[in-house]
Amino acid sequence: MTTILYAGAVLGVLGIVFGLVLNFAGKKFHVEVDERIEKVRACLGGANCGACGYPGCDGFAEAVVRGDAKPNGCAPAGEKGAAEIARIMGVEAQSTERLVARVLCQGRDGIAISRYNYDGYRSCIVAAGIAGGPKSCRFACIGLGDCMDHCAFGAISMVGGLAHIDEKKCAGCGACAENCPRGAIRMLPVSQSVVVRCRNRDTAREARAVCMNACIGCGRCKRECTYDAITIQDGCAHIDPAKCTRCGACEKVCPCRCITNASAQPEGQAAV
Amino acid sequence: MNTNSTGFLLFMVNCVLTNNFIFSKFLGCCPFLGVSGKVETAASMGLAVTFVMTIASLFTYMVNAWVLIPLQLPFMQTIAFILVIAALVQFVEMFLKKASPSLYGALGIYLPLITTNCAVLGVATLNVTQQLDLIHSVMNGAFSALGFLLAIVLMAGVRERLESSKIPACMKGFPISLVTAGLMAMAFLGFNGLFSR
Repeated sequence: MTTILYAGAVLGVLGIVFGLVLNFAGKKFHVEVDERIEKVRACLGGANCGACGYPGCDGFAEAVVRGDAKPNGCAPAGEKGAAEIARIMGVEAQSTERLVARVLCQGRDGIAISRYNYDGYRSCIVAAGIAGGPKSCRFACIGLGDCMDHCAFGAISMVGGLAHIDEKKCAGCGACAENCPRGAIRMLPVSQSVVVRCRNRDTAREARAVCMNACIGCGRCKRECTYDAITIQDGCAHIDPAKCTRCGACEKVCPCRCITNASAQPEGQAAV
Repeated sequence: MNTNSTGFLLFMVNCVLTNNFIFSKFLGCCPFLGVSGKVETAASMGLAVTFVMTIASLFTYMVNAWVLIPLQLPFMQTIAFILVIAALVQFVEMFLKKASPSLYGALGIYLPLITTNCAVLGVATLNVTQQLDLIHSVMNGAFSALGFLLAIVLMAGVRERLESSKIPACMKGFPISLVTAGLMAMAFLGFNGLFSR
């Protein structure tokens, strides 16, 4: 019995002694830290995604307080976070629209023509190195989930051999876009619901040969658009988010169904 | 005097080379692989570990010999030692944050991880099991830590060279580092024959 008491007492006394010494040392070696750093840090996404270009959230918070980084530099914190940081720093927040990642490909299994059955290591960058990847289209989403692995927010899933991004979960850090060996993911403003979901720059015949949903650059969307927002570049339609009013007229006339309107259709279930 | 200094030298060589903590006891491998990217950081980490191990040897000896043994509580060694080490690491962390913020940033997570570095607890426990006296405990701590410092700096030097050399893709990064560590351990094994006649 006494042994137990001694054991408890010894640990207790040791703990108290070390606590006092550390308390003293803490005061002696106290470092003045700008309290705004802690406050700014609390507003951030907290995933250490590195999209801001600083080493982790702590690095960004310090940079903001130093004045090197803008309050809206943290994509995951969003507009709300940027406003809060601006309030802490006492500056005007520049409003930025939230960016979300969008997959510019609809080449699901069965839509894009498969060239061979890939049964190797589950990585897009590996598969891309083997005769240009299992899908015939050289612009297509390979669908082995490199983006999913790099998403710190769990927003990406693989549906039918195609990356599917949950825009509610997407924080806009851009890690997926950077790590897509095909560059098939682009960061777009969240309100830009009308998207050309194809990047195929080959000729119409070549494009159509590899994917049923490939943009053939026919220009019907361009003619239909009354706001002059669509251009055809290298045989592929491009929508200028600044001019587009999200009316969705282009989507209705596209013969290849490569333009989708997310507000009209649930994400990832574009018409086949 | 002569035998004394010879004994001291033997003890030192034994701790630093023959019974090197990393290469023959395999203690402290986490920071050995984690912080050996650059010679500068590796040396700083080694010095921080040296400091903690030396002081920890002193304090754990005192706690063991003057508190635990008289009270017949030797079974409390592990928890009491961890307490001592944790407090010491906290102290080092505060000190570094004040004295050298850049070093503090460079060591990052590995600094608080010294708390759970098995080399530190290992030297404290080995001091007890080998029944070393106070002087030898502190010496054992200091020299073993210097062995760790030597190992981690050597490793960092090799890894800096590896950065610029042509390595097959499948061996890049940790695989080649582990192979290097294995080869270095074999080289250190050679010190075993240093004193046997």
